[in-house]
Amino acid sequence: MAETRDMEFQDTAARAAEAAAGEELGELSGDRMVLNMGPSHPATHGVLRLVLELDGEVITRATPHVGYLHRGDEKIAENMTYTQFIPYTDRLDYLAPLANNVAYVLAVEKLLGIDRQLPERCQYLRVICCELARISSHLLGMGSYAMDVGAMTVFLHTYTEREKIHNLCESLSGARFTTSYTRIGGVSRDMPPGWMEQCRQFCREVVRNFDETETLLTRNKIFMDRTQGIGVISRQDAIDYGLSGPNLRGSGIAHDLRKAQPYLVYDQLQFDVPVGSVGDCYDRYLVRIEEMRQSVRIINQCLDKMPGGPVCIPDFKVSLPPKERVLTRMEELIHHFINVTQGVNAPPGEIYFGHENPKGELGFYIYSKGGGTPYRLKIRSPSFVNLSILPKLLPGHMVGDVVAVLGSFDFVMGECDR
Amino acid sequence: MSTVQVTTHQTKPAAAELAQRLQARFPEWLSGPEEFRGELTLRLKDAERIAEVCAVARRELGFDYLVDITSIDHYGEDPRFMLVYHLYGYDHLRYLRLKLEVSEEKAEVPTVTAIWRTADWHEREIYDMMGIRFRGHPDLRRILMWDGYPYHPLRKDFPLGGKPTHVPDVAFTEAAPLEGGPFVTVPGGKDSVAREPRVRVPEPDETNPSAGQS
Repeated sequence: MAETRDMEFQDTAARAAEAAAGEELGELSGDRMVLNMGPSHPATHGVLRLVLELDGEVITRATPHVGYLHRGDEKIAENMTYTQFIPYTDRLDYLAPLANNVAYVLAVEKLLGIDRQLPERCQYLRVICCELARISSHLLGMGSYAMDVGAMTVFLHTYTEREKIHNLCESLSGARFTTSYTRIGGVSRDMPPGWMEQCRQFCREVVRNFDETETLLTRNKIFMDRTQGIGVISRQDAIDYGLSGPNLRGSGIAHDLRKAQPYLVYDQLQFDVPVGSVGDCYDRYLVRIEEMRQSVRIINQCLDKMPGGPVCIPDFKVSLPPKERVLTRMEELIHHFINVTQGVNAPPGEIYFGHENPKGELGFYIYSKGGGTPYRLKIRSPSFVNLSILPKLLPGHMVGDVVAVLGSFDFVMGECDR
Repeated sequence: MSTVQVTTHQTKPAAAELAQRLQARFPEWLSGPEEFRGELTLRLKDAERIAEVCAVARRELGFDYLVDITSIDHYGEDPRFMLVYHLYGYDHLRYLRLKLEVSEEKAEVPTVTAIWRTADWHEREIYDMMGIRFRGHPDLRRILMWDGYPYHPLRKDFPLGGKPTHVPDVAFTEAAPLEGGPFVTVPGGKDSVAREPRVRVPEPDETNPSAGQS
């Protein structure tokens, strides 16, 4: 007859406290092992490297190393006109390029002082872009999160819907990924005929997909076991480490820049801000699911309200004049030439604009000494800041929990490393 | 999980009021507020006081969220560097910007990591990119560039095309071939050559005698 023994195994918080206490006393409960995870690891979603110090299977210290995707975007920005930098913003959070495009031009428009003069149609179009980007980013984030914790199906399932967003992006901007859709003072082109109906169709279909995804995950015992009570971030820590986006709201702080600092036409749209109650990996998943439903709600309202009119500010000192007028009139030709070669003439000054991106607060700080190029452009990327909590969060967890925590953070290294 | 109605900033103290209250606490160190596009900036005369001012801003004025820290290189001016702190409060939903100047010789300011933990990586990034040290920082290492990298790439005297380094055992020590690019733009040039100087192949110097030779 086999003998049954009870083993005591503390919860994560107690292990974390023990790990911290052991650190202070310099005690080793056994040999510690250093495990290198990444920079090329499926769960690190790009090129994040984690150096984990392990006591058995429990993490006692975690040191993230970032910078493998550093391309010097801020340095590059100092050497080109404001418009020339737009394609570089596609490559920050490359899962939501439309949202980056909008965030960047809104910052430049704030510097120019024209952010209140944008045509209504342009503003509604930009809101639709942002929300499509949010759905696209969350769909991928959720799919890969589920795959990390062992549910392969969800990824294929969400990617099918994401494919439709790429098609919408393509017919809107001409590119599936690197959209570069916005321009200073407007957008590069109006939507093509029939696009609104395609968008409505997508909204109807994607909601069904959310329901199906939820039936796969939300009450899935394995998924819940792997995510509930794991990676709990307290309210205080979330604020202290400057988290933003769904990671902040998962910890119960109802802060959304679309509500708190309304830009575009968000103050005229109805939507709710979901928040978590525990702050664990599961809450962050729930927040993202609900955010996507709210995004669909916003898109539907925008499509209903979509006004007519121009999509660019009709001020040719800022936006490009229509091509046929450039080719036939002197004045427009001059504006076109100056805009393209020298860039928009920005006043000296400095602004910060924070945008509620799918991953969190994407901020642009522009310091201008006048002229067509920024003197300094700082990108405050949400993924960079969100990852900085890992050395605090991971100790006390098991090695297997790392993938759940990383998946729930939904970060992108292109944006983190800039 | 629940959905809640988020408060907007109609009934909260104005940003100007908060800035004035902070300025009144440190009248001899803080000047301003200056306003541009609805944003308020306070200038701190003595860089050594940043931690004290930030502590008051967080504990007494509710600026509990440090959005960002940025550095600017005013190359050729004295003091050379400028640090920019963006503060935000979740209760009053107001932004405030603090600016201070740091000379090139000193290039050191006190850390604010004790006030906001998020300052940790922001300060490491500034140390890495601009070469300003933060006194009291718990772990001041490079963050985007690799350990042992000798330059600070966001300084204005660092060329856009990069500089080769000769650190042993580190990959990518030569500057990447540029093929005449990247394409850069400088406003106000007399002709298109002055306005759009390509990043040229670097001139040979003592650190890199082989540069420019194909």
